[in-house]
Amino acid sequence: MTLTAANGGVLLAILIMALTTYLTRAGGVFVMARVPIGPRVERFINAMAGSVLVAVITPMAVHGDGGARMALVATAAVMLALRKPLPAITAGILTAALWRLVAA
Amino acid sequence: MTEEVSSRSGFGHLVEGFRRMAPLSLFVIVFGLAFGVAALQQGLSGLETLLMSGLVFAGAAQFATLELWGDTIPLVPLVAITLAINARHLLMGAAFYPHLRDLPAGRRYASLILLSDANWAMAMSGGSTAARLGILVGGGLALWTTWMIGTGLGVAFGSGIGEPERFGLDAIMGCFLLAMLVGDKRDPGVLLPWGAAAIAALAAMAWLPPHAHVIVGALAGGLVGLLLPPARQEATR
Repeated sequence: MTLTAANGGVLLAILIMALTTYLTRAGGVFVMARVPIGPRVERFINAMAGSVLVAVITPMAVHGDGGARMALVATAAVMLALRKPLPAITAGILTAALWRLVAA
Repeated sequence: MTEEVSSRSGFGHLVEGFRRMAPLSLFVIVFGLAFGVAALQQGLSGLETLLMSGLVFAGAAQFATLELWGDTIPLVPLVAITLAINARHLLMGAAFYPHLRDLPAGRRYASLILLSDANWAMAMSGGSTAARLGILVGGGLALWTTWMIGTGLGVAFGSGIGEPERFGLDAIMGCFLLAMLVGDKRDPGVLLPWGAAAIAALAAMAWLPPHAHVIVGALAGGLVGLLLPPARQEATR
């Protein structure tokens, strides 16, 4: 299945990509609205919610350079200490920039 | 939370969500700019690039499928890669469902249109149901707006910041998501599922097809949470 870019093919492909993406956004809710939510499903969903972010962040830490790693460490440290996101993120970005300035 | 309450307070919470997401959104301009430049180089027109950013609104998938846009566009890889990268939305939406449960179907599915990592993570991090909805939708609008501004700048000027990593800009999203994850949690009970999620994600990166690691990690964390004794209620939300 291949679209030709000419004659609106690009537009059609963009619409298909947009629809596919929206279905992922709505699909989880669509399913949950039809599943009886007992304590087991609730435990699964609760643990999964944070795990999504863990699974996004971990490869950044493991495969990133020293700057990216130290940025995450700084963010976590400031967040645990102050419980405020903005200083934590600022600390992370500054750490990455400084680390790379010195390492480069 | 009744429907009455959530709809009456809707607009104020939406504005508040927009405002709270605004600082991070400004950085999204840089990523939008990079996408605009890259898409033009791939041969897409400015209008097509803007349409894609506006309608798809999923940066990772847009970047990952960029090389498919040529004289012909292979639909199967386009849909497959888009699904693989965005499948995490399925889990994110499911986790957010308790806050959508009491909405009528139309508003429920409309409020998911701009669901993405940052506004979802912030909405999950706490607040009343109405406030969380405001962050999901208002924060999504903030991210969408700056994503479009960035794409527009990239399309218009055709050259971006040469090395965003030099300024630590690539680390922003990771730091933001981590800050949302840590939040105000003090329950060590989350460490076991999160550890499982981290290990599973890394294993999936090493041995499974590309883009599978988020789903695999999230499901592994969920399973461990399911198997743990149900001692904690508010722990991970």
